[in-house]
This record gives sequence, C-alpha cells and structure tokens, in this order.
Amino acid sequence: MFPTPIEKQSRAWQISYQSMLPFALIIWLLPLIAVATFSIRPEADFVEGNYWGVPGSFEFFTNYGRVFFESDMPRYLLNSVLITVPTVVGAVALSSMTGFALGVYKFKGNLLIFFMFIAGNFVPFQILMVPVRDLTVNLNLYDTKTGLILFHIAFQTGFCTLFMRNFIRALPFPLIEAARVEGVAEWRIFWFVVLPLMKPALAALAVLIFTFIWNDYFWAVVLTQGPDAQPVTAGITSFNSQFRAAYHLMSAGSIVAAIPPVLMFFAMQKHFIAGLTLGAVK
Amino acid sequence: MSSEAAQLETRSWYKRNEIAVTPWLFLIPGILFFSVYVIIPIFQSFWISFHQWDGLGEKVWVGTANYERLLGGDRKFETSFWNNVRWLVLYLLAIPAGLFIALFLNQTVTGIRIYKSLFFFPFVLSQVVVGLVFSWFYLPNDGLFDVIVGWVGIDISGGVLGNPNTATYGIIVAGLWPQTAYCMILYLTGLNAVDPEQVEAARLDGAKGWKMLWYVILPQLKPATFIAFVVTIIGALRSFDFIAVMTNGGPFGSTRVLSFYMFEESLSEFGFRMGYGAAIAVVLFFLMLGFICYFLYSMWRDEQEAR
Repeated sequence: MFPTPIEKQSRAWQISYQSMLPFALIIWLLPLIAVATFSIRPEADFVEGNYWGVPGSFEFFTNYGRVFFESDMPRYLLNSVLITVPTVVGAVALSSMTGFALGVYKFKGNLLIFFMFIAGNFVPFQILMVPVRDLTVNLNLYDTKTGLILFHIAFQTGFCTLFMRNFIRALPFPLIEAARVEGVAEWRIFWFVVLPLMKPALAALAVLIFTFIWNDYFWAVVLTQGPDAQPVTAGITSFNSQFRAAYHLMSAGSIVAAIPPVLMFFAMQKHFIAGLTLGAVK
Repeated sequence: MSSEAAQLETRSWYKRNEIAVTPWLFLIPGILFFSVYVIIPIFQSFWISFHQWDGLGEKVWVGTANYERLLGGDRKFETSFWNNVRWLVLYLLAIPAGLFIALFLNQTVTGIRIYKSLFFFPFVLSQVVVGLVFSWFYLPNDGLFDVIVGWVGIDISGGVLGNPNTATYGIIVAGLWPQTAYCMILYLTGLNAVDPEQVEAARLDGAKGWKMLWYVILPQLKPATFIAFVVTIIGALRSFDFIAVMTNGGPFGSTRVLSFYMFEESLSEFGFRMGYGAAIAVVLFFLMLGFICYFLYSMWRDEQEAR
C-alpha cells in the first residue's frame, strides 16, 4: 500500500493524522458549510449585516417551508424528476442494446461505430445547440419535457454505449457460445443470458445518468423556458430573482435543488464510483 | 407465392443470417437517435456557420464572412479564447490536487470511508449550485472569502467576481472544487489496484517518498491519469454553467469563454445571430478536435493491444 500505512508509523504521527482529517474536511467543505448556515438564519441577520456571526435564531423550518410553499420550487423539482427518470430508462435501454451489438458481434464497421459514439460524446455541446434547438422547435417540442428528454437520451447514449460495450466485452464469452450451440435465438441470448449479467453495469449507469441529467443546466436553458417544463437547475435562477438578495431563502432553495442527486450518491455509492471510473480502473 | 411460403422464406433467410443481422437490429435505434441529435447537428452547424440567420427566416449565404469577422479582431472573441486557454491550463491542476488528496486519504483508519465520500461529494452537486455557493462565498465585504483575506490585509475592490482581474480565476477555483473531487476518486480507485508486491519490493530496494511515487506508483496509476486528463480537458472546454450563474460573462465581459460567448450571440436579446454563434461553436469544436483525436487514438491503441 502507498503511502505507508498509518499503523506502521509512530504514535505521534497517527494522532496528528487523525486530528488533521476533520480539520481538512472542514476546510474542503467550507463554502458548503457557509451556505448551510445561511439557510437557517433569519432575514434580520442579513439586514443587520450579521453574515457569519452566531445566527439570531434558528429558522430552518420557516426558510425551508417558504421554499416549498411559497415558490415554484416543488414544480421545478417535479419537472426534474419527470425529465430525469425517462431519460435514465431510455438511455440505459438503448445503450444496453448498442453495447450488446458492439461487444458481442464481430462485423465490419464495429470499431468505427463504437468510435463514432465515443467521439460524439466528447463534442462540445455548443456545436449541437443551434441545430438541436431548431429541430426541437420544428417538432413542436420547444419548452416541453419531451423535447429535453429526447435529446438527453440521444446524447447520453454515447457515453452509455462506451460503458456497456466495455462491460460486455469483459463477460465470459463461452457463455454466449454455449447458448448458441444450444440453438438459442440471438435476441434470447441478449435477454436471458447477457442482460442478467449486466445488472451491476445497469445500476452504475442509472445512478450516474440520473446525476448528470438532474444537474444539467445548459440544455435546460436552451430547450425550455418557464415553470411548465424547466428543471430545478434552471428554475433556481428564477427562484433567485423572486427572492433577490434574500440569501436565507436562496441558499435554502439551492440546498433543496441539490439534495436528490446527493441522496442518490450516498445510497448507491459503490455503483456510482464504478460508473465514474468507467470500470476501466478496477 | 402464398403468404405462408413467403413467411417461411423470410424466416429462413433471417435464420441463415441471424448472426450477421442481429447486431444491426440492435444498433438501429441507438444509431438513429445518436445521428439525429448528435452527428448530423455537427455538420449542420458547419453549414449554418456560413450563413446569416436569425433562427426563423431564410438563411442568407454569407460565405466566410462570419469567420472573417471572428478572426479579424473581434475583441469579445479574443477575450473568450484566452479565457478558454486559462481554463484549460488551470483546470489541469485538478489532477495533481486530486492525487494529493487521494494519497492523503488512502489509509485505513476508522471512519475513513465517510471521509472519502464527504471529500468526493462536491462532485455530485450541480454546477449551478456550486456556482451559487461560491458566488456567496465571494460576496464583496460580507462573503466568507473576503472576510478571511481581509484578515491578512488583502482587499479586492468590487469583490472577487466584481473585479475583472480576478473574476475568471475566482470562477476557475469554483470549477476546480468538484473537478478535484472527481480526480481524487479516480486516483483512490487506482491506488486500490496498485500491486502491493511491487511496492514492497521497491521498499526493500530502499525507494521511498517522492521516488517511490514517481517511479513505482505513478506508472501503475496511468489508466486513472488518462481518464482524469480526458474528463478534465472536456470539463474545461465545456465550462458554461459556472460563468452563466456566477457572473453572466461580466464584469465588462471579462469572464466570457467561447461556449458562453456562443450562447450569448445565438440567443442574444438583440436578435438571434445563429450563424455567428455557429461559427464560434465550430472554432470551439476544432479546439476540442485535437484532444478528441488524441483520446480516440489512445483508446484505439489499447483496443489493438487487447486483441
């Protein structure tokens, strides 16, 4: 193991390491801690300029209550869910198929198509912006959740295919050959042999895509406007203009917007990290 | 021919060619979606960049006029371009910083798993939230950052984000926060896979500290470094959310980057200049293309080795 395990070091060094940990963590999360303290302060604190002192009173319920009951926040949150969940399902479904095709079969153009997916995935969004916006307007899907979902599914398919294909590549191929010898139809091999083995990959991608899509801002601004279709990342800006300079509410709103992916991460940590490292770093 | 016979024939044709046909059947939906929304739009953008277009009416062919204007001394473009370079260079600091934190946390003391997740967790936040968090952190006079640097007697006039000399760097630091967390997790996973026998052998040979890190550990972390490099470069060139949320391009346009400038031109309040926007996007694309080719080449090489 590197660096040298702490158990093998001197007692003094062990103690200083242990006490350094929480200290380092506090510094690392300082901006976030600052916002969290903002969100429980009463309005009066900001009027009096008491930004960093002891909070005048504990207003957790008032502030978060106002976020939920006096703003469009719940609608934005619902929109985010209604955009994120279908995208996850769609992208994972499409890419398990493309991943299967590219991972199992040898045919001309296999690597070319695979590289097309990877390359498309690296492209800067901006080069897609004008045509995709135009397409969405022409399909009458501008400012709808469907328009956003369709694009997200398509774009995420690139990354997901990369992931799925590499995962399927690492599966034991004799299993598939054995099924073929038995005369099992190819689509049944996909459904009954490969798909069950892909569960960890499906879970990893699902969590990862959920976070990516939930946190998307650029496409939300390009393809939607207003509380009917906008997800929470875009909604937070209009929320902030509603409560201009009301830092206690703005910070409470931001924390609310951030919570779902954070919960997702802490619940599915192992899968999340497996997905992020592309399974390449085992 | 009766329909039954036809059916029999098609089925047998399918059966005969099952292995050749199946991959394409599985690929069709994916390729269709990806082409319509990703591949074709790239070429459309190229096409649009030779036009003047407000997004509604007819496109007017203007040849290379957009590019001439862009490269012929558009001050906003120059600022954006150099800011992009700053982003690229400074964003790469996330890699050594992530490695440093990973080395710091790669121990087995009680509670270390929670520490690792908490260190990682800025990455899970949306860039919008991170941007907002940092813009409050940077508030002039009242922001925690201003308070802290005030203790050592530094006073940035207008606050970090209000001062054209510091604004871009302030945003990049905000961007580095989640990116460092990402690199950290890549390295932590990589460090887990480091061969303990090699480390022990090197230790017996008297290697330690920096030498150990440089000659024994880092070569084994190469896959992690590669991914960290890829995601950091892409992240740097995609930076849009932070700028839109934190400064909206200001003060005095000093924080614009190409991606933001492109958005601003295409959907500006003074009429949509889609053609000009597309031209900026094409420049950004070419900037990226060099890296994309390098990434693809490395992956292709690994692919050849794997066979």
